[in-house]
Amino acid sequence: MTWNVRVDQRLCQGSGMCAGTVPEVFALDGEHARARSEGIEPDERVLDAADICPALAITVHDGNTVIGPRRD
Amino acid sequence: MTTADVAPLAYPFNTPDGLQLAEAYEQVRERPGLLRVQLPYGEPAWLVTRYADARLVLGDQRFSRAAAASHDEPRQSEGQRDGGILGMDPPDHTRLRSLVAKAFTVRQVEKLRPQVRELTATLLDEMETAGPPADLVDLFALPLPVAVICRMLGVPTEDRPRFRVWSDDALSTSSLTAEEFDASREELRAYMAGLIDQHRRAPQDDLMTALIEARDGGDRLSELELVDLCVGILVAGHETTASQIPNFVLTLLDHPDQLARLRAEPELVPNAVEELLRFVPLGSGAGQPRYATEDIEVGGTLVRAGSPVLVAVGAANRDALRFSAPGVLDIAREGNQHLGFGHGVHHCLGAPLARLELQEAMAALITRFPGLRLAGDVTWKSEMLVRGPRVMPVEW
Repeated sequence: MTWNVRVDQRLCQGSGMCAGTVPEVFALDGEHARARSEGIEPDERVLDAADICPALAITVHDGNTVIGPRRD
Repeated sequence: MTTADVAPLAYPFNTPDGLQLAEAYEQVRERPGLLRVQLPYGEPAWLVTRYADARLVLGDQRFSRAAAASHDEPRQSEGQRDGGILGMDPPDHTRLRSLVAKAFTVRQVEKLRPQVRELTATLLDEMETAGPPADLVDLFALPLPVAVICRMLGVPTEDRPRFRVWSDDALSTSSLTAEEFDASREELRAYMAGLIDQHRRAPQDDLMTALIEARDGGDRLSELELVDLCVGILVAGHETTASQIPNFVLTLLDHPDQLARLRAEPELVPNAVEELLRFVPLGSGAGQPRYATEDIEVGGTLVRAGSPVLVAVGAANRDALRFSAPGVLDIAREGNQHLGFGHGVHHCLGAPLARLELQEAMAALITRFPGLRLAGDVTWKSEMLVRGPRVMPVEW
């Protein structure tokens, strides 16, 4: 099972929170963050990163289901 | 490579009575390597002044905030403070941050814009009625963010005189002894615990109630964490914005060409706010040192594991390697990825709210009072972590 993770370049404000939280998955080398690869092994911290992104620029998919950011 | 055996330079460099970036930063930034500095208290630290180095130290997990608790942390005041959420690393930090992050996303905060605009207009009505000369801080810059954060968190606005004292104490540098600081913090905690108790008995539609539910229902934070989160949000939620509103007005008055352009092109307000966030060095000096958890080279200096590094964002925001003509205020500047809100996991939680308040405040001020000017001497805050006018008489 793999998840898909994307960073919306139009929304990202480059706070660096995702790269600071899960450096293996996110990188911020330019103005906007990017996912190092689209498919990743499931990792709770990636959902956390999606939750705490101030721009809500990160989405995490499991198949066709959006699992992050979480609503609660 | 620079080494650690040079006598450290006394720090901070900035003076409290103004908004200049100290000349010393310019010299340090040009020199290879990092500078050794000594704050009034704690061990010596490395000082980072360049943009790329700042992004590395603030954004890389090999630098820890939590490690400060087990060291003699470089600091401006006597007592070593428990940094709360600012003193944590992931994953503890992530757990607390995710509880409050949703309330402060760009999308959530944007919903507050009509309220903030209305509040801004009301305060300016009252200031206009009071007539010149008026204190911009007391009548506008302070009540605006206080009202917004109080409403959001669920704190009675009328208690403002009480928590202004606590908030000043929380951000003071050398004016308080460690005992006085602790006493003030305990008073503020007791006040907040009382409000939390009220909210527990009568839940409201506010952030405090949501955090109480996360504690009581989800057991996701301790009682002390709950109290300190609310305290942190209240203090951080108004003091910085309350300082930057008059700071931005003063900076624009100092740059009449830019002010005239902003009046002619008010659609530039959001861009101007970003430029002012870059240009105005808010802090009296860098704080919140990051500790290297392994040997890391930063800007030509080998930082040894266990050494603290301070990041001067005000200096990094004027790094010519990142910003063209960095010493020039240009309200139309593009690609302005400043570090005014920090960077990395501790990037300012309230950044979207601060942007909204600053945009609405500046837009309303320049529209309402085209002839806004100083009506006397500014009294500056002293011995505070953030710089800004305590009193700023204006006329129009």
